[in-house]
Amino acid sequence: MEEVDVEPSPMVIADLNSFIYRHLGFEWGPGDLLVYETNYKLQGPRTAGSPLVHVVRKDEDICSPILLLVPDSNYRSVIRACMEELQHNVSILLAIELIWNLCEVLFIDAAPAGSLLLHLLDWVRLHKSDVDARAREVLQSESPAQHQSYWDVVRRTLILQGRMDEARQVLSKQASLRAESSSVFKRMDVLLQTMPIFNPTGTQTLTEFDVKWRHWHEECDRCLQDNTFASNRHLETIVKILVGDEDTILEQKELLSTWYHFLVTRLLFTHPTIKPPDLHYYAQSSMNMFLGPRAPPEPLDIILLSAFEFDLHQVIKDCSIALNNWWFVAHLTDLLDHCKLLQSHNLHFGSNLREFLVLEYASGLFTHHSLWQLAVDYFDHCPEFGRVYLELQIERIPLDTERKAIKVLRICEDRQMSEQVRSICKIMAKRALRNNRLGSALSWSIRAKDAAFATLISERFLQDYCNKGSFTDLDLLDNLGPAMLLSDRLTFLGKYREFHRLYGENRFSEAAKLLLSLMTAKIAPRGLWMTLLTDALPLLEQKEVIFSVDQTYELMSCLEELNSGTKDSNTTDQEEDIESTKTELLRLALARNLAMAIVKEGTIET
Amino acid sequence: MGHMLSKFNVIGPLAASRLKKKKKKSREVHTFVFTSRVPLSRSVDDKNRMFVARSIAADHKDLIHDVSYDFHGRRMATCSSDQSIKVWDKGGNGEWTCTASWKTHSGSVWRVTWAHPEFGQVLASCSFDRTAIVWEEIVGESNDKQRGQSHWIKRTTLVDSRTSVTDVKFAPKHMGLMLTTCSADGVVRIYEAPDVMNLSQWSLQHEISSKLSCSCISWNPSSSRAHAPMIAVGSDDSNVTYGGKVQIYEYNEVTRKYAKAETLMTVADAVHDIAFAPNLGRSFHVLAIATKDVRIFKLVPLQKDSSSSAPTKFEVQVLAQFDSHNSQVWRVSWNITSTLLASSGDDGCVRLWKANYMDNWKCTGILKGDGSQVSGQPGALSGVLGSATAQSALNGATGR
Repeated sequence: MEEVDVEPSPMVIADLNSFIYRHLGFEWGPGDLLVYETNYKLQGPRTAGSPLVHVVRKDEDICSPILLLVPDSNYRSVIRACMEELQHNVSILLAIELIWNLCEVLFIDAAPAGSLLLHLLDWVRLHKSDVDARAREVLQSESPAQHQSYWDVVRRTLILQGRMDEARQVLSKQASLRAESSSVFKRMDVLLQTMPIFNPTGTQTLTEFDVKWRHWHEECDRCLQDNTFASNRHLETIVKILVGDEDTILEQKELLSTWYHFLVTRLLFTHPTIKPPDLHYYAQSSMNMFLGPRAPPEPLDIILLSAFEFDLHQVIKDCSIALNNWWFVAHLTDLLDHCKLLQSHNLHFGSNLREFLVLEYASGLFTHHSLWQLAVDYFDHCPEFGRVYLELQIERIPLDTERKAIKVLRICEDRQMSEQVRSICKIMAKRALRNNRLGSALSWSIRAKDAAFATLISERFLQDYCNKGSFTDLDLLDNLGPAMLLSDRLTFLGKYREFHRLYGENRFSEAAKLLLSLMTAKIAPRGLWMTLLTDALPLLEQKEVIFSVDQTYELMSCLEELNSGTKDSNTTDQEEDIESTKTELLRLALARNLAMAIVKEGTIET
Repeated sequence: MGHMLSKFNVIGPLAASRLKKKKKKSREVHTFVFTSRVPLSRSVDDKNRMFVARSIAADHKDLIHDVSYDFHGRRMATCSSDQSIKVWDKGGNGEWTCTASWKTHSGSVWRVTWAHPEFGQVLASCSFDRTAIVWEEIVGESNDKQRGQSHWIKRTTLVDSRTSVTDVKFAPKHMGLMLTTCSADGVVRIYEAPDVMNLSQWSLQHEISSKLSCSCISWNPSSSRAHAPMIAVGSDDSNVTYGGKVQIYEYNEVTRKYAKAETLMTVADAVHDIAFAPNLGRSFHVLAIATKDVRIFKLVPLQKDSSSSAPTKFEVQVLAQFDSHNSQVWRVSWNITSTLLASSGDDGCVRLWKANYMDNWKCTGILKGDGSQVSGQPGALSGVLGSATAQSALNGATGR
C-alpha cells in the first residue's frame, strides 16, 4: 500500500498578528522549544521591540510506564491499574487493552484452528463484561421471565457469546412458566445442550469435531425448516442465530455493538474451525457488513483488522499513529520482540526497531521531573545505544538539590560512568564555592577526585583561618580520612586541623611533633611557616618542656631558613617591622626552650 | 487508509483540561490551547500535537537575535539589537523570571551562549561592535538575592576582530575553557583561559583565516578519543570564486595547529547557520547546514595514522536535503539526542525534521508565525502536527 507522503499541517503561534519581522527564531530546551519573532536579515537597530518568547511543548499522554520484561500476564493487570489511575483516559486505555489482548491471542498464543475461535470468544467476552451484570440482574429479579431485558440477556449474552449453559439456565425460567410451550423450550434446550464445543485438550481431532458440528448444524437447520419454533418469535430468532443466518445475527447489531463481536459470533455459528490464515476474509467482510457503506472505519478498527490479517508490522504502525504516546507501541513491540515474533515476521531490524522505539520513549520520559528515573531502567535494557543515550542525558538533569544530585550520582556510579560522576561533582563543587559553602565545596571536590579544585578550596580554608583565627566545617576536616591525600594542600589542611585538635585536647607533645613534621616533611607551604612557628609559641612557653633538644634545633633551623629567603619587595616597612618582631620573639622563646630542654635531658631521673 | 479519530481522540479534552489548570496559576502570562478539528483532507493524524505552554514577555526594546538555554535548561539568556542581554531563571512552578538585564555592547548583540556549568555561571556574547565579551555571574548582596536579582560582571573583552563578530561558541568542555569567535573579516579565533578560576585572562591560541566572510561556527561535540577536535565554519560570502561555503578544520596533535580537513564544495550558496549533531557513539559525524535549503551531511572519517601531520580525510555523503522552506534557511539546531533537527526560514516557519529507523528524513512538524489563515484549514487556530517517529520509523520497512 502506498504511503501517503503528506507534509504536516502547520501550527500557528497565535498572537503574532503583528508578525512584522517575518522570521521565527528558536532554541531547543529540555522537552520543549522556545520560539520567538526575529529577523535574520536586518542589521542594526529598529524602533519596535519583539515582545514575546513562546515555549512550545508536545502534548503527550504519558501513561505510567511499566518496566519491560515483565511477564505477560502482569501487563494485563498493570494495564488495569493504569486504567484506574487515569480515568479520563479510559477510552484510550480500553482500546489499548482490546488491541493488546487480541495481539496476545493471535500472535503470542498463536492458537491453531479449533482453539482459535475459543480464544476469540474469550477475548470478546472479556470486553463485554456488562453482560454478566445484566444477566445477574435478570436472574435475581422477582420474575425473571417477565423482565424486560430477559430476551436480550438470553440472546446477547449468552447465545451470541456462545455461553450455552448459562443460556439454558436462563431459558429454564421461561420454560417453567408456560407449560403449553414447554416442549418447544425443551427442544431448544436440547439444541443448546448438544452444541459441540471444541476441546483442545481432548482426544477429539479437529476433523471429528467438524463432523459432529455439521451434524448439529443440520439439526438446527431442520428445526428451522420445520418451523419448530414458529410459535415463539424469540426462539425462532435464536434458532436462526444457531444456524448462522448472517442477516439475523446482523440484526442483533445493538447487542453486538461492535463488528468484531459480530465477526466472532458469525464464526461461532458458521465456521468454528476457522484457521488463522482465513481469519482476515471474515474480518474484512464482517466489518463491511456491520458498519455499512456510509460509516468509515475508525483507527481502532483499522488496527484490529491489521491484527486479524496477522500483519504485525501494520499493527505497530497503526498503533503508533493513532495512539498519542509511545508507551503502548514500545511495550507491544518489546513484548513481541521477546517472543521472537518480530524476526519471524521478517522485519530484519527486529530487535533494533524495538530498541529504537524504546530509546524514543525513554528520552521523552527524561524531561519529566520525576519519571526520569524510570527512563534510566529503559536505557539499561537497550544493549546497543542505551548507555550512550543515558550518559548524554543524565548530565542534563537539573541538580536542584543535593539530594537529587546524590541520586543522580548513585545512578552514574552504579554504572561506572566515571566522567559523568566527575562532571556532576564538579558542578556541585563550583556552585558551593560560589555561595561560599567551603565545606560542601570541599566534599564535592573530593568526590569528584578533583585535586586542583581541592587545593583551591583548601587554600580558601587556610585563608579564612588566617583571617578569622578559626576553622569552619570542623566535622568535615576532622573526618577526611584517606581523602586527605587527594592533594598536598588538602593533606596539609587536614593535618593542620589535627594539630589544633591535639592542642585543644592538651596532648602537647603529640601536637608538637605533628607541627614540626609539617615543616620538615615540607607538607606545609612556605608561606604558612611563619604562622606555624607562631603556633609553636604557646608550646614553647609552657612551664613544662615540650619540644626536645633536637626538635628545638629543627625549629630554629626552620626559622633561619625562612629568614634567609629573599625578602619580598612588596612588603611595607610596617609589615617588615612586624615580621622582625615576631622573629625576635621566636628566637627568644626557642633559646629559652633549648636551655630548659638541655637541662631536662641532661638530668638523671632519680 | 483510515481517517481521523474523533471518538478515539481524548487528547483534545485532555489537553484542554490540563491547560485550564495552568491558566489558573499564571495570571500574567498568556497560555494558548490548540484543539484539533477533524481536518477534511486525508492528511496524517494528529499525533504529537503541540501547544504553546506559556509566553514570556521578553521586554527587549528591539529585535531578539538569539535565545540560549543553559546546560540544564533552567536558565535562559536573550540578546537583542537593543544592545542588552537579559538572563531568565525558571522557577519551581515553571515560571520564568528575569534576574538580570544589562547593557552589554555598543551595537546589536548577535549571539549569546553559556559555558558548561563546570566552569561556573559564565556567558559569552558577540556583537556588531566588533567585540566578544565574557561575563560571569557573581553572588550578590543579600538584599539583591531577596529581590531575586543577580549581577553579571564583564571579565574580558576580546577586541581582535576588525569587523562585526558574527558568532561565538564555547568549545566542548573536555578541551578546557575555550572560546571561539568568527567575524565578517573571515577570521576564526580560538581563545583559551588557562586558569579556569581566572576568567579575566584569555590568550589567543589560534587564528584561522578562512578567506571568506564567516557567519557561523560549530564544534563537533564528540569527546571520543578517536576524534580530534573539529570545527565547522560557514560563510555567507557572496564571493563565487571560492565555491565551498562550509569549511571544516581539525586540530592536529603533531603540528599543534588547526588545519583545513574538508571543504563542502556542494554548498555553494550563502550559509547562515551550521550545527554538528550530538555524537551518540557513532563513528561518523553529522552536520546540518542552513543555506538556501536545509542540508544534512554525513562525514565518515577515513583511516589515518595518528602520527601523521596531515588532517583526516572524510567521505562526505548527503543524508538529506529539504527545500520545504522554499526560501533561505536561517537557523538549524539539533535537540539533545540528535533525533530532531529544527530549522527556521524566510517563510516565517520553524520546521522539525526527524529520521526514521531507516535514516529516511521527514518533516514532523511546522510552527508558523503568520497569524493569517492557512487555506484549506477549517479554522484559524487549528493546529495539528504530523506523526513523529513510528509512522516515519516504519516507512522504510513497509515496502508496500
